[in-house]
Amino acid sequence: MKRTLRIIALVLIVGAIAFWAAAGANRGWTKTRVPKKVVDEVTGLEGVQWQDRFVPGVDFLGAALLGAGILAGISIFVPAQSK
Amino acid sequence: MKAKLTILALIIMSGVALAAPLKFDFKDPKGINNAGFKLDAPLESINGSASGVYGTVTFDPENPGATKGKITVSTASLIVPNPMQNKHMLSDKWLDAATHPTIVFESKEFKNVQTTGDTTTADVTGTFALKGVSKELTVPVKLTYLKDKLAERVPNQKGDLLVIRSNFTIKRSDFNINPGQFEDKVSDAIEITLSIAGASSK
Repeated sequence: MKRTLRIIALVLIVGAIAFWAAAGANRGWTKTRVPKKVVDEVTGLEGVQWQDRFVPGVDFLGAALLGAGILAGISIFVPAQSK
Repeated sequence: MKAKLTILALIIMSGVALAAPLKFDFKDPKGINNAGFKLDAPLESINGSASGVYGTVTFDPENPGATKGKITVSTASLIVPNPMQNKHMLSDKWLDAATHPTIVFESKEFKNVQTTGDTTTADVTGTFALKGVSKELTVPVKLTYLKDKLAERVPNQKGDLLVIRSNFTIKRSDFNINPGQFEDKVSDAIEITLSIAGASSK
């Protein structure tokens, strides 16, 4: 149980960092929509269309780190399994 | 004699009609019209836009300096990428969109008007109203008059287009938006970029 909790904590951290990096390593807050620029051919105006997309930010990494820390902390108090 | 007078009246009336300023409606059926905003604070940069732009502008191609108009932005249409920030921005702690549903600029006077071809640049003085505070501002604008181009943008509609572009900066402290607070994360200066097109149907 102790080992399982630590492995889950490690997987959580590594997985969150990998997902964050793969999604563009956004150093700002998590975004749930991103702007897409569109150009009107007649007027030449540049408009913005918002697209729904999840882009994890530093708060996402923080939450993953906190979750992993809690799991690792719990694992300290879990008695080692007797053989 | 009567026929001559009628012809003369018709000529005068057609001349008046030609010289009449055109009224442009800025409710955009294509959804391109937008007002962008940027706050660049030491710890955080916030970029967003507003799509709920509407209003009317009266423009005379023969006398661009006489342009008058009022452009309104729906406060609730302001969007930033982070949902929590969006909620805070529209809440009563910041813009209070429920109590102040619109942001308005109404022009009073055009100065330093320069026209080259279809393009006019000018400094426009007007009243900018945000969160219940109205202040007089002078902002640079670029107007582009596109005669008979409406049909290319909106099928089956004949008329002209007027494109307005403007970049200017306001201070949130001038409009009682948490003055002097959180400036490391939410800058006092707000850079605004207006890119809008209006239509005058014939």
